[in-house]
Amino acid sequence: MNHIGEEQLVLFYYGESGEGAAIESHLEECEACRNEFRSLQLVLNTVDSAPVPERGPEYGAQVWQRIEKRIGRRVKRSFVHWWMWAPAMAALVIGAFLAGRLSNRAQPGAGPATAAVSNQQIRERILMVAVGDHLERSQMVLAELSNAPEGKGKLDISDERQMAADLLDDNRLYRQTAASTGDKGVASVLDDLENVLMEIAHSPSEVSNQQLDDLRQQIQERGLLFKVRVLGSQARERESKPAAEKNKEGKKL
Amino acid sequence: MEAGSAVERARSGDSDAFRLLIEQHSRAVFRLAFRMTGNEQDAEDVVQETFLRAYRQLDKYEARSSFSTWLYRIASNYSLDLIRMRKRHEDKRERGKAADERDILQTIPVNTPGPDRIAHSNQVQARVNEALKELSDQERTAFVLRHFEGLSIDEIGDALGTGTNATKHSIFRAVQKLRRSLEPLVSTAR
Repeated sequence: MNHIGEEQLVLFYYGESGEGAAIESHLEECEACRNEFRSLQLVLNTVDSAPVPERGPEYGAQVWQRIEKRIGRRVKRSFVHWWMWAPAMAALVIGAFLAGRLSNRAQPGAGPATAAVSNQQIRERILMVAVGDHLERSQMVLAELSNAPEGKGKLDISDERQMAADLLDDNRLYRQTAASTGDKGVASVLDDLENVLMEIAHSPSEVSNQQLDDLRQQIQERGLLFKVRVLGSQARERESKPAAEKNKEGKKL
Repeated sequence: MEAGSAVERARSGDSDAFRLLIEQHSRAVFRLAFRMTGNEQDAEDVVQETFLRAYRQLDKYEARSSFSTWLYRIASNYSLDLIRMRKRHEDKRERGKAADERDILQTIPVNTPGPDRIAHSNQVQARVNEALKELSDQERTAFVLRHFEGLSIDEIGDALGTGTNATKHSIFRAVQKLRRSLEPLVSTAR
């Protein structure tokens, strides 16, 4: 048998060589191949030495606790493609809002109270779907900046800046819609968010540590990340509750 | 409860069944995520996101591969997304740094024997992490699944949708790169 190639040795190491017995017997006889295999073993065994923090038996329950409330939501859209559907969602919100108003005007005699409640529910539900996703994207931008590593050089935040600028238009729309539907809580958080998004959108592409700290401070002072998370999860809950139940709750948010 | 029946029950909306699947697989997903990302906090994010994505995509799971293999695919894809995002940030940061302020890890000569065994061991671990980061996405994923998780090359090719031959070559290239990076270092420990 000729010397064994590296690829065969790798497969042999992982027990996936179809010629295990032949390789084993060759290694017993051939010192060069034996040394080559030892060297391979040494490196691969060294890779094993990289420690992994252990998680205890209760870890599964902890993971479950963290995600339990988010289970049951619809499929999350890919972050990469959010901009493709965000304008459509925004248009849907306006459309639903205007449709509600027009249908109220068009059918004054045909059960206006019922029609108003029904349209109000539809508008509210669509708003919740849109706001929930909008908050999720906003949260990513805020978290990116809050967790950005500090270093000696400047940090390029051009991506976050662009995302903030894109989110700003939607934010205005949702804030106005929330105010029109009487969702004061939603409107207030969106108002705070709008100010911070504006700051980010108007920041330079590269920021110093001081400038990054200023942005972080704005996010922290307003408790914005927390508010956005809470509002986002409330929006998700409302989104998944039956309409009748939501109607009873009124405008708690 | 069998994993298969837990998956079926979870599919039909039984959240207790899904909780059971989390309890069965979360530690393994964490280990994979940590090896992929090299960072505990990122690994936690990967675990959380993996199970959320799995829950939302349960309908797409096909029982021809094991549930754990399917989870590994989700976890490794999300880990790669996270790594790319971090790398983008690091690259931007690096470009802003002066040449003499580069990461101290890159300045450690890999063939310098450390006088202190503990220091040497730390250096080995740091180099292993660095060496793993130097692999391409495809190489690292295939290598981690083969080396640490013990999936067969066929299973990996199936999970990643890359086929057996491409997976095999990814693993070969990964091993070659790791040997180039680590052999000078480990030879000093002998």
